[in-house]
Amino acid sequence: MNWFNPVTVGAATREWLTDVGDATRLFGRLLAVAGPTLRRFGLVTEQVFFVGNKSLSLIAVSGLFVGFVLALQGYYTLQRYGSAEAVGLLVALSLVRELGPVVTALLFAGRAGTSLTAEIGLMKSGEQLAAMEMMAVDPVQRVLSPRFWAGFISMPLLAAVFSAVGIFGGWLVSVPLIGIDSGSFWSQMQGGVEVWADVGNGVLKSVVFGVAVTFIALRQGHACQPTPEGVSAATTRTVVLASLAVLALDFVLTAMMFSI
Amino acid sequence: MQKSRHDVWVGLFVLIGAGAVLFLALKAGNLLSLNFDETYPVVAKFDNIGGLKARAAVKSAGVVVGRVESISFDDKTFQAKVAMQMQKKFAFPKDSSAKILTAGLLGEQYIGMEPGAADKNMVAGDVITQTQSAVVLENLISQFLFNKAADGPAPASGASAKEGVKK
Repeated sequence: MNWFNPVTVGAATREWLTDVGDATRLFGRLLAVAGPTLRRFGLVTEQVFFVGNKSLSLIAVSGLFVGFVLALQGYYTLQRYGSAEAVGLLVALSLVRELGPVVTALLFAGRAGTSLTAEIGLMKSGEQLAAMEMMAVDPVQRVLSPRFWAGFISMPLLAAVFSAVGIFGGWLVSVPLIGIDSGSFWSQMQGGVEVWADVGNGVLKSVVFGVAVTFIALRQGHACQPTPEGVSAATTRTVVLASLAVLALDFVLTAMMFSI
Repeated sequence: MQKSRHDVWVGLFVLIGAGAVLFLALKAGNLLSLNFDETYPVVAKFDNIGGLKARAAVKSAGVVVGRVESISFDDKTFQAKVAMQMQKKFAFPKDSSAKILTAGLLGEQYIGMEPGAADKNMVAGDVITQTQSAVVLENLISQFLFNKAADGPAPASGASAKEGVKK
C-alpha cells in the first residue's frame, strides 16, 4: 500500500472501519445468544476444560516463578532501606493488583487464544461453519458463544490461581531461603492488602481481560481468510492484538480504579 | 444436557480457582479482620489533623477500638471535625481525650484514645473536646529555631537595626 497515495490510504481506512464495524456486530451477536448458550451449559463446560483446565499448569508454574523473582528483587531493593520485612506486602500487592491479571491474560492469549483462533479458522476453511448455517444451526450460538463464556469464566479463576501460587512462591523464597520472619511476612501483607480495593479490582481486571482476549481470538478466527496462510496470519494477529489490548486496557483500568 | 467425561476436571478447576480467590481474600487480604460489631458515632475536634485519613484506626493502648469515618472542616470554630465509629463493646469515660499519633517513624497516622476519669460513659453523638493535634514538622522546626535564638547571645543586629531606622 502506497502511504502517500490518498486513494490507497482512504481505501485502507474504509476497509479497517468496516472490519471494526463487523467485529462490533459479532460482539453484539455473542451477547444476544448468551441466554440459549448458558441454558445449554454442557457446551460451555466442555470449552472450560479446553480453555481453562489445559492452561492451569502453565499459569501455575509461571505464577510460581514470577513469585520467586518478585520476592528476590523486592528483597534486594527493600533491604537497602531496612524494610526487608515488607517483601510479603510488595509481592502480594504487585501480584494481586497488576501482574496476576496482566501476565495471566498474556499467557492465556498465547495459549488458549491461539488455539481458539486456529480451531475456528480451520472450521471456517473446512466449510464447517457454512455447513452449519445450511442446517439452520447458528454457528455463533453453537461454536463461538460457548468458547466466549468459557473464556469469561476461566480468566478470573486462572488469574486468582496465578496470584495465589505467586504469593506462595514469594513466601518460599523469602522465609525458608532468605530467612525473613514468617510472622511479619504475613502480617504486613494482611495489613496492607485490601480485599475489595485490591483483590476485588484485580478480579474485575481479569474479567475484562478475559472478555477482550477471548473475543479477539474468536473474531480473528471467524474473520480469517479460509486458507492455511489465512489461519496462520489470524493466529499471529490474535496474539499481537490481544497482548496490546490487554496492556492498553490495563492502563485505562488502573487509572480508573487506583486513582486518588 | 449431555454428561461429559470432562465434567469432573472442570469442576475441580473451578474449585481450585474459587479456592485461590478465597485464599487471596482471607490470607493475603484482611477480610476476616473486618469488623461486623456494632458501633456508635463520636465526634472529635482537632486544631490540625496532619495526615489522618478516613478509615484510619482509633486505638487505645495500641488495640483497635474504632475507625475514623469521615473528616470535615467546621468553619464556625475553624477546627477539623473527625467523625469516628467506636465499637460498642468498649465503653470510654465521657472525658476521654484523643491524640493523633503516628504508627512507626514513617507510618500512617491514627487516633489514640486516652481514657479519662469520669463516672459516665460516652454515648452516641458525644463530642470530644480534649484533643491533641498532629505533630507538624515545620512547626517543630520553627519552635526549635526560636528556642535556639532565645538561648543564643544578645543580638548585635538589634542595635544596628535601630540605627538603620533612624537614618
